[in-house]
Amino acid sequence: MNKIKLIIDNKEVSVPQGTTILKAAREIGIDIPTLCHFELAGMNIHNKPGGCRICVVEVEGRRNLAPACVTECTEGMVVRTNSIRVLNSRRTVLELILSDHPADCLVCAKSGNCELQSLATRFGVREIPFQGEQSSYKVEVSPSIVRDMNKCVMCRRCETVCNDFQTVGALSAIERGFPAVVSTAFNQKLSYSSCTFCGQCVAVCPVGALVEVDHTPKIIRAIADEKKTVVVQVAPAVRVALGEEFGMKPGAIVTGKLTAALKALGFNYVFDTDWSADLTIMEEGTELIGRLTRHLKGDKDVKLPLLTSCCPAWVNFFEFHFPELKEIPSTAKSPQQMFGAIAKSYFANKIGVKREDMIVVSVMPCLAKKYECGRDEFKVNGNPDVDYSISTRELATLIKQANIDFNSLEEVPFDSPLGESTGAAVIFGTTGGVIEAACRTAYEVITKKQLPKIDFTELRGLEGVRSATIDVDGLKLNIGIAHGLSNARKLLNEIKEGKSQFHAIEVMACPGGCIDGGGQPLHHGNSDIIKARWEAIYKADQNMPIRKSHENVSVQTIYKEFLGEPCGHKSHELLHTHYFDKAKVIEIKLD
Amino acid sequence: MENKKKQLRIALRNCGVINPENIEEYIARNGYAALASVLETNNPQVTIEAIKKSGLRGRGGGGFPTGLKWEIASKNHADQKYVVCNADEGDPGAFMDRSILEGDPHSVLEAMAINGFCIGATKGLIYIRAEYPLAIERLLIALKQAEEAGVLGKNIFGTGFDFEIELRYGAGAFVCGEETALIHSMEGERGEPTFKPPFPAQEGYLKKPTNVNNVETFANIPVIILKGWEWFASIGTEKSKGTKVFALAGKINKVGLIEVPMGITLREVIYEIGDGIKDGKKFKAVQTGGPSGGCLTEKFLDTPIDYDNLIAAGSMMGSGGMIVMDEDDCMVSVAKFYLDFTVEESCGKCSPCRIGNKRLYELLHKITEGKGSMDDIDQLKNLSRVIKDTALCGLGQTSPNPVLSTIENFWSEYIAHVVDKKCPAGQCKALKSYVIDPDLCIGCTACARACPVGAIKGEKKIPHEINQNTCIKCGACIEKCKFNAISIK
Repeated sequence: MNKIKLIIDNKEVSVPQGTTILKAAREIGIDIPTLCHFELAGMNIHNKPGGCRICVVEVEGRRNLAPACVTECTEGMVVRTNSIRVLNSRRTVLELILSDHPADCLVCAKSGNCELQSLATRFGVREIPFQGEQSSYKVEVSPSIVRDMNKCVMCRRCETVCNDFQTVGALSAIERGFPAVVSTAFNQKLSYSSCTFCGQCVAVCPVGALVEVDHTPKIIRAIADEKKTVVVQVAPAVRVALGEEFGMKPGAIVTGKLTAALKALGFNYVFDTDWSADLTIMEEGTELIGRLTRHLKGDKDVKLPLLTSCCPAWVNFFEFHFPELKEIPSTAKSPQQMFGAIAKSYFANKIGVKREDMIVVSVMPCLAKKYECGRDEFKVNGNPDVDYSISTRELATLIKQANIDFNSLEEVPFDSPLGESTGAAVIFGTTGGVIEAACRTAYEVITKKQLPKIDFTELRGLEGVRSATIDVDGLKLNIGIAHGLSNARKLLNEIKEGKSQFHAIEVMACPGGCIDGGGQPLHHGNSDIIKARWEAIYKADQNMPIRKSHENVSVQTIYKEFLGEPCGHKSHELLHTHYFDKAKVIEIKLD
Repeated sequence: MENKKKQLRIALRNCGVINPENIEEYIARNGYAALASVLETNNPQVTIEAIKKSGLRGRGGGGFPTGLKWEIASKNHADQKYVVCNADEGDPGAFMDRSILEGDPHSVLEAMAINGFCIGATKGLIYIRAEYPLAIERLLIALKQAEEAGVLGKNIFGTGFDFEIELRYGAGAFVCGEETALIHSMEGERGEPTFKPPFPAQEGYLKKPTNVNNVETFANIPVIILKGWEWFASIGTEKSKGTKVFALAGKINKVGLIEVPMGITLREVIYEIGDGIKDGKKFKAVQTGGPSGGCLTEKFLDTPIDYDNLIAAGSMMGSGGMIVMDEDDCMVSVAKFYLDFTVEESCGKCSPCRIGNKRLYELLHKITEGKGSMDDIDQLKNLSRVIKDTALCGLGQTSPNPVLSTIENFWSEYIAHVVDKKCPAGQCKALKSYVIDPDLCIGCTACARACPVGAIKGEKKIPHEINQNTCIKCGACIEKCKFNAISIK
């Protein structure tokens, strides 16, 4: 590739053709500030509208200032990133943005984690010289996401992830001029839009315009209520990310401290969603084997490929965009909902607590889980199987306000019986994990032989769409994997066109799967963090003494004691669900 | 416009002369002869070279050399290229392009086909605002007739060259006149500009090389081909060739559309073609370049009008709006008027334009309300410079021009507003006060009865008084007073 030489702040630098000034400067240690610019390397997320104009630099011979984020280097270019002209303009632009931004940092969910606040600190802004009209939009609270567009800086990151990465199309810019803002079609509430509540918009929002619905006060109240038995479950991806909130290195596995913290917070029972992930494999795996067997016997009506159904944003996506395919996904509930259903039946009975007196809380890397646990089909007489779902970030806030020194906690194990799990469950936390766990079990159930090698490395990776053929003792099982709904859309279109060669497809809505869910600690575009969490997931799997779901003793016990057999009558009642045609229930409501 | 003195019609050559709904009348005036000649020559490079040598520059406002633009698009190879005609005319009070499309639609169609042949495009699109129904109707008639006549469509003149044209309707967003925004709008995306490069000549409509030219630019093309580039290049100044159509408006005796050779002076335009200022008032300024232009004063009256001189004078050619102002116009209010327009028309994508222009407007408003300070003027100046320096597209980069040029040329008016709290032109309501001269008032009570807010008090036959705090400065009293006792101070 052609190399280009240029001078930035009197330093010579040589970069490949096509490199932006921003990247070239960062290579020689010059950190030009940015706001709208956002990239998640390796995940195909690029937001470069060149709109905020914070990154402007002076280029010799150019009439006006150039946005460093989108201006490509040219041979012999002379760039100044800190001349008085640049500093004055950059500061003025920042002051302008601040002049249309509420100064309520003290009570903003993003305080301390806000990129605009960081810029104001970095520039030493002491006052905002511009006074004038400020945007005033109604704050919208949806089941998962709070939208306060008064804080929107029009960086368009949310629009990019929602449209390009997720192809959901719920958010886009409306209006023009000063009132221009990102919103839904017809300015509808998110709940009436095509939003899947994946929360990726929240994960990339640089300010407090998009944040999660905060359930922490409800949790504190529930724990304080002596009449209630409060049960908590923790999703696999939480344990490889929570440490970041307490200054630990990305990828630190904090399972033992996490359980200790939850006990310290006062939860009566600290259980693991990994347990119900193993249960999910029993159900979903059995369903897959069932469909495959019928398929091999020549049954033309059998629905293949089987699509996983753990990810609630994915479920929302196909219900809205591909309702005609709603018979294809596995009917198995997600691990969160399986856990809730079991906790409020089997476990509640076991400890002699009435359903109404039990509160089930889930800690999830996800915001769509908040929506999922509120779905009507997951309620019994109006009482939800899972009462509240909080994100990894909310849990960190809870721990901090309860004066718990997370780093010095003694590690403790999960409670029994819904706390035992296998390595197969941990890997649910990343893309390819669910299907690998299913393969581990399906192989041994179908062949009745022991797996020669537990690790299906061919199913692992962070490419958006992956495929592999698994040899199940002569039976060639074609597996497809997608993360990011744009990638899922490709595979779904193949199915619609009758071109899909897969027997089973795993889909996760978020980049990398749950490890970068909408509820995880913010990475601010640093994909190394996601990679570290990804590695940690497989390390956690390696560390487990049992690594196949069907070998989970506690799961085996529940089948013996309560459920009977996988996909049996009781299982169908408690652990399976059905899907809706949401394209038809979208309403135009002006509110 | 009737007054032909000093005018030279190239782009408007057929307007008002032919029936635009009859292709034969266009053909009778050498219509489609240029296309025939270009196809006969069968050498795009020769035609591009001729356009380059003619010195024709983009008439939409940017003034980019047209031939060069064609050459760049011709050199980018692709399976499909596009020719786009920018008919999204949006300057307030400007109607140059509309007149050409209504009066001579074929000249544009012919030029687009020539352009298509030169750059290797077989498809043309006209992006026209839906608020131009007559222009649209005439274009559709022209397209049908041209296809029937075989001068558009498949195998034109039997040469094997295909060229078809479609219309795309804009919803009237000013920013969609910016070529990247225009292209996004045609693609069904939000009409907002993107950073260049890539230029449309590299990646335009549907990511294919696209040449975008304005209506008036296209209207010049057939004449250049037929009369030769030497003829065209002989008109105008050194760097600006040919003519320019202006929409002359404002406080002038004769308003309307004019076409004048480049190099003509503002004095000739205003006093000879426009027949001077209305009601014998004093000339104050002329605003050129539409909302992004600047206000030029008396000292520029003898400057030859061309792209570079106007920019040097702190304004710009723009697409051809020319508004004349007299002594009664308040220049702070004029700047505010234009900012009001750009605030409304900004797409909102970049912060300097979205928020900066709003703040400029608010500062100007504060000054016209009599609440401004010298600090506000400093802030106006700094903010204007920063917006020019940092905004994403041409709209934002030029939107502060009315502010900067009025500060530069009418500094004393700004000072009068902020220091003396007076509007010298008497336009700013908040700075006006209505006063009754007790020597002239006979106490007839007519004014008090007319006052809608009861601000005038006084006994019968005794001079009245206006309460300045209550007065809303509507002027009803002054109209009723038969004794000229009320004046504005």
